[in-house]
Amino acid sequence: MTASTLAPARAPKASAPVGLRTRRRGSVEKPRKSVLLTVLTGIVLVYSLVPLVWLAINSTKTQNDLLSSFGLWFAGDFAFFTNVLDTLTYDGGIFVRWLVNTVLYVVVGAGGATLLAVLGGYALAKFDFPGKKAVFAVIIGAVAVPGTALAVPTFLMFSEMGLTNTPWSVIIPTLISPFGLYLMWTYSTEAVPTELLEAARMDGASEFRTFWQISLPLLAPGIVTVLLFTMVATWNNYFLPLIMLKNPDWYPLTLGLNQWNAQAATAGGEAIFNLVITGSFLTILPLIAAFLLLQRYWQSGLAAGSVKE
Amino acid sequence: MTVSSPPAVARVAADAPKVKRKPRFRNSWTGWGFLAPFMIVFALVFLAPIVYSLWLSLFRNQLVGGNAFVGLDNYVRAFSDPQFWGSLFRVTLFLAVQVPVMLFLALLVALAIDSGRLYGRSFFRIAIFLPYAVPAVVATLMWGFIYGTRFGLVGNINEALGIQLPNPLSPDLVLASIGNIVTWEFIGYNMLIFYSALRVIPTSLYEAAEIDGAGQFRVIRAIKLPAIRGALVIATIFSIIGSFQLFNEPSILQSLAPNAISTSFTPNLYAYSLSFSGQQYNYSAAVAIVMGLITMLIAYVVQLRGMRKDG
Repeated sequence: MTASTLAPARAPKASAPVGLRTRRRGSVEKPRKSVLLTVLTGIVLVYSLVPLVWLAINSTKTQNDLLSSFGLWFAGDFAFFTNVLDTLTYDGGIFVRWLVNTVLYVVVGAGGATLLAVLGGYALAKFDFPGKKAVFAVIIGAVAVPGTALAVPTFLMFSEMGLTNTPWSVIIPTLISPFGLYLMWTYSTEAVPTELLEAARMDGASEFRTFWQISLPLLAPGIVTVLLFTMVATWNNYFLPLIMLKNPDWYPLTLGLNQWNAQAATAGGEAIFNLVITGSFLTILPLIAAFLLLQRYWQSGLAAGSVKE
Repeated sequence: MTVSSPPAVARVAADAPKVKRKPRFRNSWTGWGFLAPFMIVFALVFLAPIVYSLWLSLFRNQLVGGNAFVGLDNYVRAFSDPQFWGSLFRVTLFLAVQVPVMLFLALLVALAIDSGRLYGRSFFRIAIFLPYAVPAVVATLMWGFIYGTRFGLVGNINEALGIQLPNPLSPDLVLASIGNIVTWEFIGYNMLIFYSALRVIPTSLYEAAEIDGAGQFRVIRAIKLPAIRGALVIATIFSIIGSFQLFNEPSILQSLAPNAISTSFTPNLYAYSLSFSGQQYNYSAAVAIVMGLITMLIAYVVQLRGMRKDG
């Protein structure tokens, strides 16, 4: 389907699940739709959506209405646009600064992570080289180490290198996505025919040129999947910047929102829950939009790897 | 689809030698050219901190005499530290209740969507997945407000019905409330993993089952569940790791429920407070390493058991 238009040569792979689905539903059985099952599953659906609806509704309320009106319905004043304006301008527009930071971390961090994963996965799938097995063992072993065990020593190391409290301290650790490497490895194995690479080499193309002009287009759906998931991981990152950053000017949105929320609890702090809620709403919009718009890519990419992080 | 069915780590291991057999691969250093960037950064942010962490955990910073080598003293201290055990017990309880509930619900939804009997199947799939795209910070703030007896839904319900619901942020209930947040965040994610695994079951199996007159539940038990065993094991392992690393949700809820969540609520929170409030970097490193070892051990056991039952 979508994947196949992007990468015709690897179409059989990407469309395999899709093909299975139609065939199965068509010939084996055309199951009757069940109202009961729909309603039961609907309970989980409601559970998943109610908090998001709550957030959307409450982003239209003033600080006073938040405290006085029913949570799942609108209050008298429709203050959404005022809230958005206040969110963007509060404290000298710090929210916009956080947004820019987040975009920076996502573009450089997630983009870089995807690039490294694509190159590395391709190498593991299509080349034989000394030490390959050792590399594999080290990566699998390291993935099993919980992030916590790494956080403190990484902080101390970065602190000695003078990197803490700079964007680099957030960007560098996000450059490694073992999940991305694994996905690109399995994806490259299947999507890039070795014969094609051989042919290119016969014609005298350099390895880099072969990769750039032949392999890369074939890997596109896998790349979109890895990019999307590293983007989410970076956009939602909290622990790492919490440890690394002291200066609010470098905060990403997640850290900033938490600071706004905590502000109400500190002595003399102004309670700005309406801005926390509106800011939260604005924070999740881009990701939800990305997931909705790109569903076909990441769902086929995930199905091909059938893995999770 | 070579790699699709059991996406387990072990499976990849089996793939690596297979790659070697093919003669057409280039036996040269060219591969390193592509892999080197990843490995360099990997060494910096994974290997170096692990080694450094082990090193740190063997020392103690003293007011007099500075950094002194103390051998395994920090580990001994961790094993007799009631705060550490308390936090470990809490996440174990969390693990024992939250993970099965979440995975069971995710599996039910995946089976329901895969059965093809739902109206609006793709809407279900994407809508239930959406919470995954919500940052833990936003999810926790959102639920924290909803839990609030002041302007949250709980407060609204109390007011409307004239009753007094137990406060979800009280010390007794806060762990369950966190469990609810985590469940909400990851049901859709796990559902998608199970669903992806279900999609690649060959059609022929269902055809055979139908000829044999097997009912839906029989098909689920005999075909679907065994076929997605790998996905179930992986999801369990990642949920275990996630539970032991619990940090974001309790850390953020702390400002809403300062009395219910102590600085040693979870091992991760404890290690964090030791380092960044207490400046006890060495002891903190030891606590983190002990937790890392426990996590790896349990994940390993789960994988062994999960994979052995094959066939």
